[in-house]
Amino acid sequence: MIDRVLVQGNEAVGWGALNAGCDGFFGYPITPQNEITEFFAREMPQRGKVFVQSQSETGAIMMLFGGAAAGFRVMTSTSGPGWGLMQEGMSHMAAAELPCVIVLVQRGGPGQGSVRHAQMDYMCVTRTGGAGGYKNIVLAPASVQEIHDSMQLAFCLADKYCNPVVVLSDGVLGLIAETVEMKAIDFGPVPERVWTVKGRDRQKSGIRQFIHTYPSGAPPPGGYPDYVPWLEHMGQKYDKMAESEVRYETYQSEDADLLLVAYGYVSRVCKEAINMARAEGRRVGLIRPIALWPFPYKVLRDKVDRGCSFLVVEDSLGQMVEDVRVAVQGKAEVHFLGLLARHLPTQGGMILPNRVLDEIRRLL
Amino acid sequence: MNTKPAKRVKVAATKRTMVMPMPGCPGCQYPTVGRIIAELLEELNLDGKTIEVVGIGCNSGVAMLNIDAIQGSHGGAPDTATAIKRLSPDSFVYTVQGDGDCIAIGAGSFIGALTRGEMITIIMCNNANYGTTGGQMAPTTLMGQITTTSPEGRGAATGGYPVHVAELAATFKGVAYSARGALTSSADYQRTKKYIKAAFKKQIDRIGLGFVEVISACPANWHMSPVESLKWIREKMVPEFPLGEFKNVDHID
Repeated sequence: MIDRVLVQGNEAVGWGALNAGCDGFFGYPITPQNEITEFFAREMPQRGKVFVQSQSETGAIMMLFGGAAAGFRVMTSTSGPGWGLMQEGMSHMAAAELPCVIVLVQRGGPGQGSVRHAQMDYMCVTRTGGAGGYKNIVLAPASVQEIHDSMQLAFCLADKYCNPVVVLSDGVLGLIAETVEMKAIDFGPVPERVWTVKGRDRQKSGIRQFIHTYPSGAPPPGGYPDYVPWLEHMGQKYDKMAESEVRYETYQSEDADLLLVAYGYVSRVCKEAINMARAEGRRVGLIRPIALWPFPYKVLRDKVDRGCSFLVVEDSLGQMVEDVRVAVQGKAEVHFLGLLARHLPTQGGMILPNRVLDEIRRLL
Repeated sequence: MNTKPAKRVKVAATKRTMVMPMPGCPGCQYPTVGRIIAELLEELNLDGKTIEVVGIGCNSGVAMLNIDAIQGSHGGAPDTATAIKRLSPDSFVYTVQGDGDCIAIGAGSFIGALTRGEMITIIMCNNANYGTTGGQMAPTTLMGQITTTSPEGRGAATGGYPVHVAELAATFKGVAYSARGALTSSADYQRTKKYIKAAFKKQIDRIGLGFVEVISACPANWHMSPVESLKWIREKMVPEFPLGEFKNVDHID
């Protein structure tokens, strides 16, 4: 029998992390992700695992630095303003090549913005907000089941690349409840972490380990002969991530003349709109990036060659639309339907299927 | 001619932990702090299970000890140490930080660890300025002290007043030990070593957080000779930053 239970999106983050063998959660309260922090405060001690409520998001990310360096699967979660505070630490973790998972439940910005849903952190998440041009994989689930599964994939990818991985949720996905199959996904064995700090005499090699973010200024181990050889290594890793980790879903896209591009909760609004438009005989489909970085540029470009035009639907003033423009390279029309199309001018306003349908009708 | 043989001084063993030089300008006392730590790690047989977290600044030279070590962000060492100790409680975990790292940019991290009473040790080197970046004003800079960002001398109107970290740490319930030492003489060295040992013991015996502030000379940025620097510490710094233990408890309810 398949074990399906009704779970809220934010709690699915927790169940997914536990299924991935998460050892420690470090975080600071912020709306709309509080159920995540509360989940770990409740569940981790019962399992002999670690929960620490940090004094800030700056603190939480540096706790991840320590936990990851010591060889544990660690994570945090936050929303926009907290994400901003974590950027220095994320840059340091990327530089030290430490695996961790960061969940960002998007709310409206900028500043305090709103405490409700939005999709306004796309740019700072996919371009990375900290100093120095590192990269991180960004997974954007669109259902509670997918949040649960994405957490497990995120831990797997973090270990695979020794790099931070972001799971991008939002205030809608975090707060809705859906039935979820609570299954641990088998990604194979966790790669051996020979690089961790654990005490010199506990190292197999018997040689001390020094983890830092200054490879050209510190001696081996963990050092590179100079700055450029280190960056060459990092660049090769990022290229491999960009090549290997593209993930996307297509819906009714085969014969489509107009392709909607959307992620997260808005992609589900778009599917509703597509169903309505198809009933009217309009050939419209969807490309949903599941990984926002690396972005499926080539998938979109192939559609350009088939003569498609594009409608980006995004609960922001326009962020992912820039990636779509990069993908099509001026060879197809790119339309945009954004936050101003919400059904109400409030924090709780949403882009609804009927509004997307109107836009499809206008364009087809 | 004096034929009396030189008095034999017993030097503590550091063979396992000091295998490469710790960097420092002439007369810098941060490597001396590193040496005290090395002696204690070997005396207490902790070096094999130690994870050291250094800050960013001149203090990071202490990471050249032959033990597992981490350097993370500027000011975040207590956070990093917190996670390691919580996840790996049988490791011995301490931080070495400068005054700017600990109580300026890292004040939130430091106070957070003190508030939670983390089972770690924090060693803060106080040299009354920012050494690595060329001698700017620090929270511990003395009133009237000239630095590159207090060219007329630190004044209260714009620079505020020196912060007393050992006294501050002692006010936290989760802190089991807090002391301030100096390194201007052999006796100072032994006392400071005793303080750090006591702070380490609070972690070993799982009593609470141990904190030691060590007043350290920075001749290069103070524009003094090493000998003048020690005199300046005795005459100027110690009156502002009194030496001694501020808290030493064997039990926290």
